[in-house]
Amino acid sequence: MSHEEPKDEVGAKLGMWLFLFTELLLFGGLFILYAVYLARYPHEFATAGHELNVAFGAGNTVVLLTSSLFAAMAVTAIKRGERGRALALLGGTLGCAMIFLAIKYLEWSAKIGHGIYPGSPKLAAGPPGESVFFGLYYLTTGLHGIHVLIGGVLLSWIGARVKGGSIHAGDNVALENGTLYWHLVDLVWIFIFPLYYLIL
Amino acid sequence: MKTDNAEHIVDYRKLAAVWLALLALTTATVVVSRLELGAGKVWAALAIACLKSGLVIAFFMHMKYETRLFRIILFVALVTLAIFIGLTFFDVLYR
Repeated sequence: MSHEEPKDEVGAKLGMWLFLFTELLLFGGLFILYAVYLARYPHEFATAGHELNVAFGAGNTVVLLTSSLFAAMAVTAIKRGERGRALALLGGTLGCAMIFLAIKYLEWSAKIGHGIYPGSPKLAAGPPGESVFFGLYYLTTGLHGIHVLIGGVLLSWIGARVKGGSIHAGDNVALENGTLYWHLVDLVWIFIFPLYYLIL
Repeated sequence: MKTDNAEHIVDYRKLAAVWLALLALTTATVVVSRLELGAGKVWAALAIACLKSGLVIAFFMHMKYETRLFRIILFVALVTLAIFIGLTFFDVLYR
């Protein structure tokens, strides 16, 4: 059979958005937990929150915003038929993803080096509000970190398809959907940063 | 087969302008959180985060250029989340 498969780009994007809403509710649940425990343990949360490094958080915010810019520009590039530029921009997004994870690694290893990790003797001996804070911190940033990894793998695979020519100016909804996932990762961080690093 | 409505391509300059706005808002949220505003800084930080999300969704995620159906389902998702948050606090605060 040599007929061309019919394409429904709007349907594909609609499906992606529906999936993103389930992700929104997943992280939304974690933010509700955070808000409830912040209301219950305001002082412990403030003490624990001041242990977090604002420079790491702010640095990662800039890195993720920049990665999203590259991803959005890659969509513009592919639609204009600029394949080389689209690939370079996707490479920029992946580079930012790696910088993000490297900073996260430094941040987590510094915390763990100070004896702050779920179930650590130091947290067990401290007030319960602080271990709740760090439990939520590791769960939320860990789940977010897994999303960064998945997004990176997804965009690498999409990049390979752009290079191979199966994603091009006339058919690029896979790239669009991949970048939509990436922007969701950015959106979640936009809320994690002020809630965990700034307001306490 | 392509859909009837021509796809909208957001130009690089507009995307870069959105990125600059996002960086400016990030700076603003750090500055606001260092002021002595009490509970006000929580609401200020959340308001700025919502504004940043709006920019990302509208331009980076092309929501501004999608059909109305996309905005309706986004609205439904956000209202659902708001109901969850509202009912949770209705329970927790008045227990």
